[in-house]
Amino acid sequence: MMNRRDRRRLFSRLMTTATLAAALLAVLPLFLIFAYLVFKGASSVNVDFFIQNPAPPGVSGGGVANAIVGTGIVVGVGSLIGLPLGVGAGIYLAEYGSGKLAYTVRFVADVLNGTPSIIVGVFVFTWFVRPMGHFSALAGAVALAILMIPMVTRTTEEMIRLVPNSLREAALALGYTRWRTSLAIVVRTATPGIMTGALVAVARITGETAPLLFTALGNVNFRTDVMEPMQTLSLQVYAYAVGPFPEWHRLAWGAALVLVALVLTFGIAARYATRAKYEAN
Amino acid sequence: MFGGKPAVRDASLEFPTNTVTAIIGPSGCGKSTFLRCLNRMHEMVPGASVEGKVLLDGEDIYEPDVNPIELRRRVGMVFQRPTPFPTMSIFDNVAAGLRTHGHRKPKDLGERVGSALRGAGLWEEVNDRLDASAVALSGGQQQRLCIARAIAPQPDVILLDEPTSALDPISTQAIEDLIQDLKAHFTVVVVTHNMQQAARISDFTAFFYLGELVETGPTEDLFTNPKQSRTEAYVTGRFG
Repeated sequence: MMNRRDRRRLFSRLMTTATLAAALLAVLPLFLIFAYLVFKGASSVNVDFFIQNPAPPGVSGGGVANAIVGTGIVVGVGSLIGLPLGVGAGIYLAEYGSGKLAYTVRFVADVLNGTPSIIVGVFVFTWFVRPMGHFSALAGAVALAILMIPMVTRTTEEMIRLVPNSLREAALALGYTRWRTSLAIVVRTATPGIMTGALVAVARITGETAPLLFTALGNVNFRTDVMEPMQTLSLQVYAYAVGPFPEWHRLAWGAALVLVALVLTFGIAARYATRAKYEAN
Repeated sequence: MFGGKPAVRDASLEFPTNTVTAIIGPSGCGKSTFLRCLNRMHEMVPGASVEGKVLLDGEDIYEPDVNPIELRRRVGMVFQRPTPFPTMSIFDNVAAGLRTHGHRKPKDLGERVGSALRGAGLWEEVNDRLDASAVALSGGQQQRLCIARAIAPQPDVILLDEPTSALDPISTQAIEDLIQDLKAHFTVVVVTHNMQQAARISDFTAFFYLGELVETGPTEDLFTNPKQSRTEAYVTGRFG
């Protein structure tokens, strides 16, 4: 029969092992997915893959050049719309957000965060694509922006709230106006966190497919005009994966690998760029 | 007053020019609240209000035409925990108060920052790394940096809210010596919960208890010959 101390130690070791196992299990899918993608997609990825457009049905080869550029354009324009609005709303909520309006904005943002992305796509189709008369990359960008704004708003607000009140006090006591305190001191201090939140949101929307189905639609050609339908890597993966040709399926894996690699590289580069520059005492 | 409940009542104090006045009293007795009324910082708290007058050189700072920004240029404040702006260098920290009040020329800023750092006794230690981050300094140095930041705009009055309670004894000593130097150019008011510190550094002392100003007078008199029984009980350590 174990005494109390041994029982405690055993229990502690058990729990440590259990939580470690849970952590490993949690990250396992990421590694499995990436490994499988490399296994299935590496054969399709060569130089041609990056510089050619998709080949006609039945013809082998071809690449995803238009999709890569398209992803860049749609995500880029979407971020140009979504990031300023999201960060601005986040700053407002954090610095001046105690009234009824702030409560409403926060509530709406939380609801929007949970809205299925395909619904957002349908919404933009109704209010943007239909009046315009055609699909476009711009409509796709708008859909992505709508998805992005609640994410960015909430993370921005959280990051700003983390700035200690003593910093605000110090600035006000120095004679700073409320605005200057908010922007030059508080937001400046929260910038690394805000940027991380923004980059996470950008990485999220890079992979979105459903909202683009009704807005950017896709395009077999290489296009850079935002007023035309545009192809993205996510749409390309979808188009190839449900297609009838085994060749297409092979290319789908390649496109998926490129997409994941893109997001991963972007994320790592972003973390590196926003690493804490000063070590606090 | 906060939301209708008075935090401090019936306080009437004079702060003679170029002296150090210490405000002492047990925790929660309203010392910091009173101090914050002197540069209108209590206005940061929603629901806070003030009755009465605070005269700076004879003019009430609560008159409607007084600009709080301009007031805070003339009445500076240093807080308990050192709060250097983490995204700014040492130079930019000290220059912050200057820039916000319109000083822009680099030469002008350089001179004023230099003299503020000398005034805070920090020049020797940092003059070779003015562009370094302010958070790389030690706690005591950071607090002296905050003092330099407060004195750079050359205010008339400096308010210090328990400036050494978060510091080690050596830094505390350095700042106490600094306060003695400061009074030559500024009028200083220090809130402290450390009676001995008050006795060491101040010319005048005011004792607050439960939101009331109990007694005030020259420091030596208040400690050796207090007039009120509550004062005597506090300074002899019968309660804290």
